Amino acid sequence: MKDIAIVAFTQSRHSAEENGLSETEMLLPLITGVKEQVGVSRFDFTCSGSNDYLLGAPFSFVSALDAVGAWPPISESHVEMDGAWALYEAWVKMQYADIETALVYGFGKPSQGSLREILARGYDPYYLAPLGIDAVSMAALQARAYLARSGAKEGDLTAIAARSRAAGRDNPFALSLDDPAADAPYDVAPLRVHDVAPEADGAAVVVLATGDKVAEISARTGLTPAWIRGIDHRADPHSPGVRDLSVSPSARLAGQKAGAAGVEVAELHVQYSHEELILREALDLGDDVVVNPSGGPLAANPMMAAGLIRIGEAAARIHRGENRRTLGHATSGPCLQQNLVAVLEA
Amino acid sequence: MGNPCAIIGIGQTRYQTKRLDVSIAGLLREAAQRALEDAALTWDDIDCVVIGKAPDMFEGVMMPEAYLADALGATGKPMMRVHTAGSVGGSTAIVAASMIQSGVHQRVLTIAWEKQSESNATWALTVGGPHSTSLVVGAGGYFAPHIRAYMRRSGAPDHIGTLVAVKDRENALLNQYAHLRIPGISREMVEMTPMLWEPIRYLETCPSSDGACAMILASEDAARQAPNPPAWVHGTAMRSEPIFFAGRDTVNPQGGKDCAADVYRQAGITDPRAEIDVAEVYVPFSWYEPMWLENLGFCAEGDGWKLTEAGATSLKGDIPWNASGGVLSSNPIGASGMIRFAEAALQVRGMAGDHQVDGARRALGHAYGGGAQFFAMWIVGSEKP
Repeated sequence: MKDIAIVAFTQSRHSAEENGLSETEMLLPLITGVKEQVGVSRFDFTCSGSNDYLLGAPFSFVSALDAVGAWPPISESHVEMDGAWALYEAWVKMQYADIETALVYGFGKPSQGSLREILARGYDPYYLAPLGIDAVSMAALQARAYLARSGAKEGDLTAIAARSRAAGRDNPFALSLDDPAADAPYDVAPLRVHDVAPEADGAAVVVLATGDKVAEISARTGLTPAWIRGIDHRADPHSPGVRDLSVSPSARLAGQKAGAAGVEVAELHVQYSHEELILREALDLGDDVVVNPSGGPLAANPMMAAGLIRIGEAAARIHRGENRRTLGHATSGPCLQQNLVAVLEA
Repeated sequence: MGNPCAIIGIGQTRYQTKRLDVSIAGLLREAAQRALEDAALTWDDIDCVVIGKAPDMFEGVMMPEAYLADALGATGKPMMRVHTAGSVGGSTAIVAASMIQSGVHQRVLTIAWEKQSESNATWALTVGGPHSTSLVVGAGGYFAPHIRAYMRRSGAPDHIGTLVAVKDRENALLNQYAHLRIPGISREMVEMTPMLWEPIRYLETCPSSDGACAMILASEDAARQAPNPPAWVHGTAMRSEPIFFAGRDTVNPQGGKDCAADVYRQAGITDPRAEIDVAEVYVPFSWYEPMWLENLGFCAEGDGWKLTEAGATSLKGDIPWNASGGVLSSNPIGASGMIRFAEAALQVRGMAGDHQVDGARRALGHAYGGGAQFFAMWIVGSEKP
């Protein structure tokens, strides 16, 4: 496989409140900024991830092109998934095509609607969605299954939320959230309110490079390139009735294929506290592996960008020379149905 | 261009207004199963699934690929979902091809679909974002002014669109999967139908269809084991440009010209009219045939309608366009681009049945979307490049 590096990462200051910006306006300063940072104004390939249902209208990615400056016309594609899968598409294309740079972005504004109701539209439309089950209830089923199998306690979940929120307060891009209250109510038991990732509007941008461009851009930014040593993604069945919800075989497989062993830090797309425990197990992350030093999605969960942000945060630690081998993870679908793992190295 | 990529399996459903006998998953399963049979493979042989469709609002299922994972045998496999508006079927095939060209996978199932009877496409396309006013009613409302601009610029007579509508529907009579099969279709019949968005008449538009189209793409080693002749990918390209922009030419978009130039360069084509034997081009409104003839470089600007009028694009002409009946005859929107790509492959495999163009060795598959701003194209051939 060709060596490809993440050479730049930027994200918005995520907001839990509707701030009056359109998605394009949210993206514009990020994309303009990253172009200046890397000294590239035209990328060989561009790929993005977003979701129409968050906007409540078809083609939410069309106007986002205005932020890219797609003139003269550009080579561009879009996934209706988290931006992490857009990064994967770009990585695949860079393997064989005669291109050296790629711009990848993900964005979402859940504040425009009711995220729980919207996510419920993503379930099997014949058997599951008509039950009226929402995303948090689905996650609670999984949390219950995990606690029952592992013997973990609700307090273990609270500890994850507390650690994530504390880390998030040190992250200028995440929300500033209080420590979990001792008497915090359940959202859907056994998940308490702090075990559910707080909705946020936000966007993220990553630049990939290969060949001579890596050294050229790195010399300009002063950042250590984060080489993608492995990247893979896998799916589990959708129906919660045909899988053991307490485990994540797709995350395990993606981790093995991407070479997850021996990472120092893992940024995991944890949208509910118990998912961290399932993912730690699936990815075989020992106690010495630092998980979500950024605070993770439990400190800010901008839909369709949060997975790409995990990869970006994992890369940024290498960029800054803080770590030599890190992992970024993204998930899609209910109960960790799909998982993507990227392993990065200095 | 990377590793060679072959198309070794193609499966389609019959396109029709309503498929009440199958679920969404059942519809896709039907196309995918036919593609697997063509390739003599089973679900276990597939390494990766790449799904495409147009907006989720068409069926009211958000990110339906998650639900479809079970039906498409994606357990334990990579699965991803492409969405580039109307060009999505083509883009999806290109992303799937990239999985082979990069050497990441050996056999990829790619599938695109739309079950438009679950909703109303014109409504779904008319909803504006919360930050802007929707100025048009459906796709026809958006494209009609560009067609009028083309007529004015080129001096094309009024009946050219009618000729395309008749030609594509006559071709559809030869395609067992086509949706609109109208015996005795004639110019008079088209001209009798109501004007929807001037100058577009009812029978100059595409239908709303339910349907799915699937392909199995394979590496050279995997293709060697396939029972039927493969089609080989000679080039792929995608281009995008902004929808609103003062300098944009919506009649002859730069993105389409650049995309064609890129894919021709990869395939070593310098004269598309002479070197491409058959083309499946995204023509959802009849007038887009002459417009795209020019945009794709089959003739000089302003001459597209002359080729259509002379019959050059008919099955008996020197550059048959849309031998399958095209988008005008079948339009499950998210699948329509992939059908173009698949029909191009069927032609060079010699497997297009009654609408086979004799001796087709090199074919163009084309799709466009959004406000004629997203383009996806591939060139396929009977010979390995």
